[in-house]
Amino acid sequence: MYIQLNYINVSTLLFLISLIGIFLNQRNILVMLMSLEMMFLAVSFNLIFSSILLDDIIGQIFSLLILTVAAAESSIGLAILVVYYRIRSVITVELMTLMSG
Amino acid sequence: MYIIVIILPLVGSLISGFGGRWLGRYGTSILSTTFVGVSFFLAILIFYETGLCGTTCYISLTSWINAETLSVKWGFLFDSLTGVMLVVITSISTLVHLYSISYMESDPHSPRFMAYLEIFTFFMLILVTADNMLQMFLGWEGVGLASYLLINFWFTRLAANQSAIKALVINRIGDFGLSIGIFTIFYLFSSVEYLAIFSISPFFQNYYLILLGYEVNCITLVGILLFVGAVGKSAQLGLHTWLPDAMEGPTPVSALIHAATMVTAGVFLMIRFSPLIEYSTTILTILTIVGSLTTFFAAMTGAFQNDLKRVIAYSTCSQLGYMVFACGLSCYNVSLFHLTNHAFFKALLFLSAGSVIHALSDEQDMRKMGSLIRFLPVTYSLMLIGSLALAGFPFLTGFYSKDFILEISQISTNANLKEVSGNIACWLGSISVFFTAFYSFRLIYLTFINNANSNRMFVNSIHESNWIILTPLFLLALGSIFIGYTAKDLFIGFGTNFWGTSIFNLPIRSIQIEAEFLEAKLKWLPFFLSIFGILIATTLNIGVRNFHKGIIFYSFFAFLANKKWYWDLIYNRFITYPLLVFGYKVSFKNLDRGFIEILGPFGLSNLITTCANITKQLQTGQITHYLFFMILGVCFFLIWANFSSYLFSSVVLYLVLLFFI
Repeated sequence: MYIQLNYINVSTLLFLISLIGIFLNQRNILVMLMSLEMMFLAVSFNLIFSSILLDDIIGQIFSLLILTVAAAESSIGLAILVVYYRIRSVITVELMTLMSG
Repeated sequence: MYIIVIILPLVGSLISGFGGRWLGRYGTSILSTTFVGVSFFLAILIFYETGLCGTTCYISLTSWINAETLSVKWGFLFDSLTGVMLVVITSISTLVHLYSISYMESDPHSPRFMAYLEIFTFFMLILVTADNMLQMFLGWEGVGLASYLLINFWFTRLAANQSAIKALVINRIGDFGLSIGIFTIFYLFSSVEYLAIFSISPFFQNYYLILLGYEVNCITLVGILLFVGAVGKSAQLGLHTWLPDAMEGPTPVSALIHAATMVTAGVFLMIRFSPLIEYSTTILTILTIVGSLTTFFAAMTGAFQNDLKRVIAYSTCSQLGYMVFACGLSCYNVSLFHLTNHAFFKALLFLSAGSVIHALSDEQDMRKMGSLIRFLPVTYSLMLIGSLALAGFPFLTGFYSKDFILEISQISTNANLKEVSGNIACWLGSISVFFTAFYSFRLIYLTFINNANSNRMFVNSIHESNWIILTPLFLLALGSIFIGYTAKDLFIGFGTNFWGTSIFNLPIRSIQIEAEFLEAKLKWLPFFLSIFGILIATTLNIGVRNFHKGIIFYSFFAFLANKKWYWDLIYNRFITYPLLVFGYKVSFKNLDRGFIEILGPFGLSNLITTCANITKQLQTGQITHYLFFMILGVCFFLIWANFSSYLFSSVVLYLVLLFFI
């Protein structure tokens, strides 16, 4: 039981670290994307662990699906980033304030 | 015949008011004078029937208001009191109409003037002939309205507008008291008809109302409320300030309104309600004190005025004080006698003053007149008759009523009846006699006898007025000489049964017989006082002229009296302006446009805009801020979802961690 909780804590901690990584980062959008990937990984990890714990295959299927989606998402995200960089020639998050309320 | 008297002026007014365009100046003038004149002859017939033959006539037309116990009819009550008032009103009105034909000849709005004069007469007739309080109130308000229209006749003049508004507003204060009085009477007596009120008023003698924790005698309460109305209308001390200012209207208006009719309405009300107020000693005391103070104040102020009409206006105010305190001493018939006589000589004075003003090209300041005796001998002699009658010269009209009022007031001082209020009335009334004679003859000297002070231009064009102006003056002069002597036995003679039931006098308060047995010196006193006043006026104007320039006391005194004892100043400073400021700053700026608008439409829309602006500022465009709110929202919904679960505390722990990171 101790080991199981440890796994859950590891995945939760990973998720929170990535969240804080997004949250605290004010400058670099690449770090934000990396944190987002890390968040996917934490969720995947949690799913795989649950799949083993509950002896159920669906968790692993989901995990594979998420890996695919994360790959697609990061590729699209990086593409958008490249397009943005071409226009603005800067990728600082603080300067992305064109659409204020 | 009884109704025709009242209806004729109304018809005349409507015809000359709406048809003046077609009838023309002389058409309306002659038509309205004829109508009022016919009304006057019918009024004499009514006087003969109701007064001399003693047949009280009661006419009830259709019903007016019917609601449960409140039933008001259009009713007319003609008794001797009404008969006398009818004759006074219609005669003065006829003469004033006749006078205005010539006086207002060059005025472009003469038909309108005639219509106003007639509607005024109509409302006054409604006032005196009504048999219930509501109908009387109709006349009362109508008279106020007509006075507004008449004072404001030259509506392009600012001063006329201001005076008219002042007259109407100050009258409204009194009307407010009167209307509360009517409500109280209906509450107590369940009726507003005179006959019902007067027949059961003795039973309310010891009936008390609890008012603000005090026991108030209901007769006293009603009497005070009615007297508030009379104070406004009759220009008693406190609400008198409108009367001198009302001289802004044309002179015939002053003669009609401020000498004979409108101001007498208050006194008429007190006389009419003699069966009610007679049962309350308190209200009679109040009447006596207020009346005598008015007499004294107005007489003293009138002695230092420089405007010809204003002097006469103050003398009206003073004589009204005499009438009111005669009512307070329970001598209602003497009061009415003085009212009748006063109507004649005061109308004579006003119309003569109008003649003088007319001759001098509308100059009203007495300091710019003088030596008119050479130019206007007829007007001078007529005005002298009026002034002598006013001063109570023996065997003229004023003597029979005014001196009798003074003798009555002497009783409470010098006979066995010791009464404080009567004592005050006696002293103030006697002093006022001196002032009355003084200002009457000051007026005569300044206008007619002293050296000329006007421009040569005016002096060249001075002329005696034509016969249309002089005829009413002659008739009024005849009245001023003979009315008092003729009507004395009828009105106030021993055991006269002329009044019938129209005037009520408690036997215990019946003191007129005492007045016949005063000592000779007391009876001579008023005469000597007036002679003294005339002598002082003569000395100041003929003997030692301008002696008063160096005396500081005199200048201070004259200043105080010329400024009307600062009544207007005090009223303006402590009542009018604070009320206006209150109306603007508190009720308009702070309540209507302030408090209510902030709570209401303006404040609400403003609040929504402010909130929207604050909310808008949350959308900064920074991705990190959006992320913060997203996570905050997720946390919020997590809390919501797990509100009662066992995980709640740990989620909160995580959230708190999140927040403070």
